[in-house]
Amino acid sequence: MHAFANPTRFLRIAKPATSWLLLVGLAFAVAGTIAGLTLTPPDYLQGETVRILYIHVPSAWLGMAGWLGIAAASISQLVWRHPLAAVAGRASAPAGATFAAICLITGSIWGRPTWGTWWEWDGRLTSMLVLFFLYLGYIALSSAERERGGEGRIAAIYGLVGAINLPIIHYSVLWWRTLHQGESIGLTGSSIDNSLLWPLPLTMIGFTCLFGAAVLMRIRAELAETKVEARMRRMSR
Amino acid sequence: MSQWPFVIAAYSAAILLTVGLVAWAYMSMRRAEAAADEIGRK
Repeated sequence: MHAFANPTRFLRIAKPATSWLLLVGLAFAVAGTIAGLTLTPPDYLQGETVRILYIHVPSAWLGMAGWLGIAAASISQLVWRHPLAAVAGRASAPAGATFAAICLITGSIWGRPTWGTWWEWDGRLTSMLVLFFLYLGYIALSSAERERGGEGRIAAIYGLVGAINLPIIHYSVLWWRTLHQGESIGLTGSSIDNSLLWPLPLTMIGFTCLFGAAVLMRIRAELAETKVEARMRRMSR
Repeated sequence: MSQWPFVIAAYSAAILLTVGLVAWAYMSMRRAEAAADEIGRK
């Protein structure tokens, strides 16, 4: 990982990777969305609303993956003092917060015709809402620390402590009686029929690549801003 | 009750927010890199 500690070396890989992630992400997301809206049959119980699955599941995964990225960056910063770790953490937060918001909004819209309510204070929904607020807190804290010229250690500790919420989100449907259904897609298989399931990998890959592109673009923006700030400081002396 | 308005609303929100995120990240990157190039030339 320390091979990428040098921003010049990092940018040599990040610049082409950004374009590829954008292109591949766009292609897969569009293909998955069209397939999910037009090529799959309605569910026998949920009808057409089952199509929300193809955007809700990737956004839930990416909402959690964003914080996993923040936690990994926090460990890297606190333990190995990786110079790009704080930047990577700050870059992951807006993307993670956006997908957590998409998950909450699409879930709420899905809940109305399925459960008869827009919102329910059950374990899964509440822990996901907590994750969204944790993102807002992290964005505010890391921005304030950066403006004061700090190393971002407080934000890194906050990022690690906030990771406690990830297993709570994952196991909430097992720990508490909830309106939200239990796990239907696991590592060993799925309880969803293949005729409904096949567009999901397309949107998963597509949105994950777009998420990766957004994070890389934010890292590049921060590195460029740091370069400008350093030059301005030298010029003002 | 027709279910399609719910599907369309969910997809619209997801697409709008994703496009907004990518566009914001792209614009901020372009602006910052242009400023860095500009100051590098001076």
